[in-house]
Amino acid sequence: MRISDTAIERLRAAAEFPDLSGTRYRLMDKLGQGGMGAVYRVEDSVLERQIALKVINILDDQNQLAARLLQEARVIARLEHPGIVPVHDVGTLPDGRVFYTMKLVQGRRLDDPETALGGESECLRSFLKICEAVAFAHAHDIVHRDLKPSNIMIGPFGEVLVMDWGLAKVLGSSHHRDNAGPDDAVVGTPGFMAPEQERGDSHVGPLADVYSLGTILKFLLKQRAAEPVSRRLTAIVRKATEAASAARYASVQELASDITQYLQGGAVAAFPEGPGARAWRWIVKNRAWILLILAYLVTRTLFILWRRFS
Amino acid sequence: MNKVWLGLALGGILGIFDGLTAWFTPAARAQLLGIVIGSTVKGLIAGVLIGYFARKVNSLPLGILFGLSVGLILAFAVAAMPNPEGKHYYFEIMLPGGIVGTIVGYATQRFGAGTDLATR
Repeated sequence: MRISDTAIERLRAAAEFPDLSGTRYRLMDKLGQGGMGAVYRVEDSVLERQIALKVINILDDQNQLAARLLQEARVIARLEHPGIVPVHDVGTLPDGRVFYTMKLVQGRRLDDPETALGGESECLRSFLKICEAVAFAHAHDIVHRDLKPSNIMIGPFGEVLVMDWGLAKVLGSSHHRDNAGPDDAVVGTPGFMAPEQERGDSHVGPLADVYSLGTILKFLLKQRAAEPVSRRLTAIVRKATEAASAARYASVQELASDITQYLQGGAVAAFPEGPGARAWRWIVKNRAWILLILAYLVTRTLFILWRRFS
Repeated sequence: MNKVWLGLALGGILGIFDGLTAWFTPAARAQLLGIVIGSTVKGLIAGVLIGYFARKVNSLPLGILFGLSVGLILAFAVAAMPNPEGKHYYFEIMLPGGIVGTIVGYATQRFGAGTDLATR
């Protein structure tokens, strides 16, 4: 029997859009497709709000992906931070697929060409917010392992959200539980993951996220190609993306601290300066003071000389 | 240190310094103590006013403008005081006075704790 194209389209649509009957959610539209699942916009009929629902939509006969999705939801649920999308609910669809719901993020991804990044200071402040979220995760023994511009969302009011914790790793606890997530073969995205991740090292830790943050910073600075990047900022990127993890910043907080120092015109750890350079930087930072005091001294001196010689 | 105390301290220090520069004018050396005291009091009054303004208005341009205005007005008041020689050195007193007021205005806007109102 030959199946018509219309029937094939209907079957494809049925596979693409999950059956949410029996749940409190009503399907609205599809937002995106990831490696193992798709994200949909749904309406919560109880709370009467729109949220996002993530569900596996590829074959998972050994339930491995279901376990991963559940682990992802649990990881995000542990991280209550303004920079991390909150999880609302976890459940099972009538067809047995696991899903979880989360806050619907209205915004643009960092790698979207239409994302307005603003000037250098604004870019760096947005980057600091990413660092805050990642540092929070590290403080809860969670390493993201897939930080990249497409996993960062910028909201309409400038809020920054770190998304897609599907490859996150829970670090060793007192029970040496060193990952309840995906297989440690090679996880991450080429171009943004640390060398130790590319090699498939078994003990990938927070320093891998430091490397990825460095690549995100490099990406942000490249987006503003028309403006030259200062040597101090270049040194910060270089230190964060050192191939040897021991040569990088020891933590995300250290990286964030150097960025903050840079924004305030202070000394950055990644760029050692001689006395002359430090003095010049101090002068530039306090130039308003210096010019005012110089103006006063020059004025006073001129008046004294004028009175003396007139 | 809050903005009023900062203004007071800075205005007083700059006032002392401003008064001491009269030493470079031989004719004024005899009255140096009075000049320093007067200049210090002027600096303290200006500092308190400018610091109080900075506490109420968080705006660098307005703070500088207010400081300049207060510095000029108080310096004018000093320059206009009767002088045994009958001369008034408005320009020589008001210009440095205005700059001192500007310095205090800038400092109290940039530094010091405590702002009562939102930023403009």
